[in-house]
Amino acid sequence: MTLNSWTAVFRIQKKLNRSLTVSFLLFLLLAVFGLFMAIPLVYAVNNAFKPLDELFIFPPRVMVNNPTLDNFFDLFALMGNSWVPLSRYIANTLVITLVGTFGHILLASAAAYPLAKHKFPGSQIIFSTVVLSLMFSGTVTAIPNYMMMSWLGWINTHLSIIVPSLAFPLGLFLMKQFMEQIPDALVEAAKIDGASEYRIYWQIVMPNVKPAWLTLMILQFPMLWGSDGGNFIYSENLKTLHYALGQISAGGIARAGVGAAVALILMVVPITLFIISQSSVIQTMATSGMKE
Amino acid sequence: MPETSQTVIVPVPDLIKQPVKVSRLAQTFQEIKKNKHYYILMSPYMIIFTLFTIIPVVFSICLSFFYFNMLEFPRFVGWDNYSRLFLNDDVFMIALRNTFMFAVITGPISYLACFLFAWIINELSPKIRAIMTLIFYAPSIAGNVYFIWLIVFSGDRYGYLNGFLIKFGFILEPIQWLTNENYILTIVIIVQLWLSLGTSFLAFIAGLQTIDRTLIEAGAVDGIRNRWQELWFITLPSMRPQLLFGAVLQITASFAVADVSIALAGFPSVNYAAHTIVTHLMDYGTIRFEMGYASAIATVLFLIMVGANKLTQKLLRKVGE
Repeated sequence: MTLNSWTAVFRIQKKLNRSLTVSFLLFLLLAVFGLFMAIPLVYAVNNAFKPLDELFIFPPRVMVNNPTLDNFFDLFALMGNSWVPLSRYIANTLVITLVGTFGHILLASAAAYPLAKHKFPGSQIIFSTVVLSLMFSGTVTAIPNYMMMSWLGWINTHLSIIVPSLAFPLGLFLMKQFMEQIPDALVEAAKIDGASEYRIYWQIVMPNVKPAWLTLMILQFPMLWGSDGGNFIYSENLKTLHYALGQISAGGIARAGVGAAVALILMVVPITLFIISQSSVIQTMATSGMKE
Repeated sequence: MPETSQTVIVPVPDLIKQPVKVSRLAQTFQEIKKNKHYYILMSPYMIIFTLFTIIPVVFSICLSFFYFNMLEFPRFVGWDNYSRLFLNDDVFMIALRNTFMFAVITGPISYLACFLFAWIINELSPKIRAIMTLIFYAPSIAGNVYFIWLIVFSGDRYGYLNGFLIKFGFILEPIQWLTNENYILTIVIIVQLWLSLGTSFLAFIAGLQTIDRTLIEAGAVDGIRNRWQELWFITLPSMRPQLLFGAVLQITASFAVADVSIALAGFPSVNYAAHTIVTHLMDYGTIRFEMGYASAIATVLFLIMVGANKLTQKLLRKVGE
């Protein structure tokens, strides 16, 4: 293909300040790194459908030749024989993920509305504390958190995973930044009409920040979906899907096929959610900037 | 106290009119009462945030001055934990060096990669843009799929890299990528970079889409001739808020490397070649139960992370000036 037909494929027009040669080189760079990003994922997907002989072929291949669902059947057979049924692990993960995600959206938006639209004693310092907490990771607080959980008696319950995730600071930050662009007039008008603050939050502000809901979901969901219970959960019947699947892949060579099926199940759900919510997420991120 | 200094919203002329002196405290109290609905709305989030973020940070700092093993009552030891950390703990020095290696390499590279790819993607038509965004963002939300890299770097000839190198005659025998000190750090860095196009990447894509087209046209009139000038004089300054936001996320993530290191190199890794501050913290916190010492490690990590963030924020404000 010539350069011209390539530009036709990607519908690149001669734009302001753009030379075609540099554009071509940059897109080439993008394509090369795109492959670097995509190949491991493509490989993970293909592996799940490979029959045994293809999994161990030498030299190794990325793509599958004779796709089969055997790995998935093996997975269910394996989990059917285990002491805790697979459905239990799935239920645990669903409870943690759904309660954690929806709870987070609800709590973070309730806290974001006053911060975004009103000034009151303490509002500034609260927001700067949240911004500061973006600057360190959860590992810093791991030890006192464990003591807190044990003091609350939440060790070995799902609460120990769900509750801390409800107050994830990034969610409040993004929600607050997004709410700031709701016109003040809208809030004022509702107030003049006699709506209480709770009603303004629920009926005026919340419907207007739907893109931000989806963004918080896409940040929170993969985190909880991938949670293995950490140090908090030790009863087998409370453990998550991720933990169960990790145990299977720990079987090594003998479980390579099943392990690949597991990896596919774990990655498909968050990626699908992102495909659905992509445009809303980008819309929210446009307001994510930090003020100077 | 910044709290009281911000709350004096009553304008000065008002004070002159009022003969009755209202104390600052009473004023603040009035304000709080007037705004009580806001506090109620914020309370569920703030209670959880306080319990699991603010108190733990303060508690961790305090605990770092004690000897505490979860069984005996904590014993005050002053700066002992810190002096032991910096003067008597060789492994911590390795961890510190590795963490900085990770941070100095993955932090800036992942940040620049986030921006560079977002910038190129922004030139594409909307449909291809959405697909490319997905391809670059997917690894960061794909869960623990990074263990795929275990197969790539596997030490036998079935490992992809070994298979490839043997097939084309670069090497004759497979290389033990993940147990050889010389390679571990590089491999963890590569995988970490693969995973690092996350939230900041999306923020940059969004930021690039909201740049005012008229600014670019005006720039062209004023003599901007190519994309690089446009990038430096228009695009970067218009995106400064997103750039600051992205920097915070990338820096914090680059100092917190642990999961990838454990998954690929094991815990502890061969000769501590991939040991980081976080894995050192886990060693003392969850295996040796020296909570005071582990808290000192956590406090050092906290100070490094916040310090690096504040410093970067200062530097980034100069972009495009």
